Amino acid sequence: MLNLELLQVLGLKIFFAFLMVSVVMTFAGYSVLAERKVSAWMQGRVGPNRTVLPFVGHIPFVGSFLKGIGIFQPLADGLKFLFKEEIVPGHVNKVYYYMAPLVALVPALTTMTVLPFGEFFHHSGKSTPLILADLEIGILFILAISSLGVYGIVLAGWSSNSKYPFLGGIRSSAQMISYELAMGLSLLPIFLWVSQPGSSIASLSLVEIANSQNASAWLALVQPLSALIFLVALFAETNRLPFDMPESETDLVGGFHTEYGSFKFGIFFVAEYAHIVIGSAIFTLIFLGGWHFLPWINDPWPSNWVGTLLGTGWFLIKTISLIFFFIWIRWTLPRFRYDQVMNLGWTKLLPLSLANLIFYVILVTWLDLSAATP
Amino acid sequence: MAKTRVLKRIPLSLSERTYLPQIVTGLKTTFSNMFKEKVTLQYPEEKPSIPQNYRGIPTLVKDPNGREKCVSCQLCEFVCPPKAIRITPGEVPDGDVSREHVEKAPEEFEINMLRCIYCGFCQEVCPEEAIYLQDEYSSSGYTREEMINKKDKLYELGGTLPDEHYKWDNKKKAELEGNPH
Amino acid sequence: MNLLDLLFFFFSSLAAGGGLLMVVSKHPVPAALFMILSLVGVASLFVLLEAFFLAILQILVYAGAVMVLFLFIIMLLDVGPDGGKASKIRILSGFAGAVAVGLIIVLLLHFSQQSGFGLSSNAWPEINADSFVNGSNLTFSTSVKNFGYGLFTKYMLPLQVAGFLLLAAMVGVIILSKKFRIKKP
Repeated sequence: MLNLELLQVLGLKIFFAFLMVSVVMTFAGYSVLAERKVSAWMQGRVGPNRTVLPFVGHIPFVGSFLKGIGIFQPLADGLKFLFKEEIVPGHVNKVYYYMAPLVALVPALTTMTVLPFGEFFHHSGKSTPLILADLEIGILFILAISSLGVYGIVLAGWSSNSKYPFLGGIRSSAQMISYELAMGLSLLPIFLWVSQPGSSIASLSLVEIANSQNASAWLALVQPLSALIFLVALFAETNRLPFDMPESETDLVGGFHTEYGSFKFGIFFVAEYAHIVIGSAIFTLIFLGGWHFLPWINDPWPSNWVGTLLGTGWFLIKTISLIFFFIWIRWTLPRFRYDQVMNLGWTKLLPLSLANLIFYVILVTWLDLSAATP
Repeated sequence: MAKTRVLKRIPLSLSERTYLPQIVTGLKTTFSNMFKEKVTLQYPEEKPSIPQNYRGIPTLVKDPNGREKCVSCQLCEFVCPPKAIRITPGEVPDGDVSREHVEKAPEEFEINMLRCIYCGFCQEVCPEEAIYLQDEYSSSGYTREEMINKKDKLYELGGTLPDEHYKWDNKKKAELEGNPH
Repeated sequence: MNLLDLLFFFFSSLAAGGGLLMVVSKHPVPAALFMILSLVGVASLFVLLEAFFLAILQILVYAGAVMVLFLFIIMLLDVGPDGGKASKIRILSGFAGAVAVGLIIVLLLHFSQQSGFGLSSNAWPEINADSFVNGSNLTFSTSVKNFGYGLFTKYMLPLQVAGFLLLAAMVGVIILSKKFRIKKP
């Protein structure tokens, strides 16, 4: 039965989960700001620099600086979504129409349960990863749950009952199926490599993947092709610009969220950016060494709480630079045509990832055999 | 006669077909753009420089002596394509010595800014050079009535412009010298 | 009744209810969505049995990939609600449903006779290390490594056969759907 200790643990877990959700949501909100700012800079503009809280603006120097980098803009954007008039078109399928934004947001937030972001050092020098649930099959969990995110888009497209959202929904589902395969196949060589015979790792846990890159090569340097395929598939799965088929505002008006307004649109928006934040974090964990310092260099920070903070900060820096890369790509490349997206997925990335897998299978076997012979 | 030159289509090389070098080039361009000088004008605080021949809001101007130039001939009202100008002609007030050379003056002068198309015909046609489209371009109001510029508003916007001809002064001088035309 | 029982009843009703709603809903899109709900319920039941790997595979393969494909096809062909035109099929499906329910009842009665209502411990052969991986020194667990070890040693032949079957099905689909041009002399 429920006893006090269990309640305590449960309460702590709920608190941490709440903390994690709020941090990721804040990151998502501020990546919207980053998107606006970076796009502005790349186009020779300044970006949002007007929003300010009542008294903060009068603080000399600091206030005007905060105003200039638009630090309060996400706040205003969120409030705007809340207070807008809620318009529901008459032709929509009400139940599914209301359900779609939630279906889009929930998988994006669920994946963060198995997302490690640092390690905590005990007094004895042992370390435990900072993670909500250290699942042995972490990466499979993320792949599975994030693949459910497409239902939000498909549902929105179908329930809106009009042409453009419908096309967006169809495109989204087709794109998701096409790129999920390449994504999974690009990860297989990684797990073959880190859990080859002789290594102590024998699971699909993200923590162990990150720890295997401590003081050794980053996996992006070991397997650049896998990293490239995974990155391209990640762009496609998060519906970012070279692949933003479901949204494509130039030919589908707004794609799946054409008929959505106010806070429901806001939820879609936040879900998209939450996907980007979590996708960047996963890429950092698998290919860029997680919270460990540069490749081939031991972590320079001490094994105590300072090290925990610095490691987590280093992880965040990597993740943020990857988010910047997402934005950078968006404002550089034009959109693919739909048939080009399908072509790239099925006839280029899938064979490439298969060849990559076979190459690494042979390589790992050869390494194993040559290690066994002497 | 222009000759049609058929360009040969060179097949893409392998590196070009992967798109990657081109993507890197594009990324370099956008990244270097981030550090260039911004072209944004912080509008309400900074204003753009208005060229000399800009056609802004039509205004009424006074001559350097501070006298009303408009003689209420109603040519502008006539020529105005969207019929935005309405003039009610009136007498020059008695005892106004400075303006005894003219017969009429506008009692009311209204320009409806919701109708005005900024064509500048009124400025073109005015024989007295009394109406000018100047550098003011931003006008706003809460009601339709507010958007109709009355005479005092028009003079406030217009101010005084330097005059090159001094038409009436010269005419008066000539009259005094016995050479009316 | 403890928490586990409560969760079991919740998720099993989710699975069964989803399945039922899938069958009775008229429009194919909600039917597909209810099927996803049912699959998620089944996956949660796997989680309760501590078979995380199986649960995740269930979601990844069925809910994540197969059902997306279903929805894609339904939306692409724009299948609308079936307006009662297939009454013969309805009779047939009613018959099939009656047979299925009958079978389930027979099975339930069979198992409930063995020991009370619930499944007894000897209803199924006990799963232990021997039955899982013969001759390996791995202890029984639900870890991925054990799963893979079993799959590539003891169950190698079934795995290969299943893979070959799927390959044959795929080749068949490609041949059926591809339009071969007949060369005219």
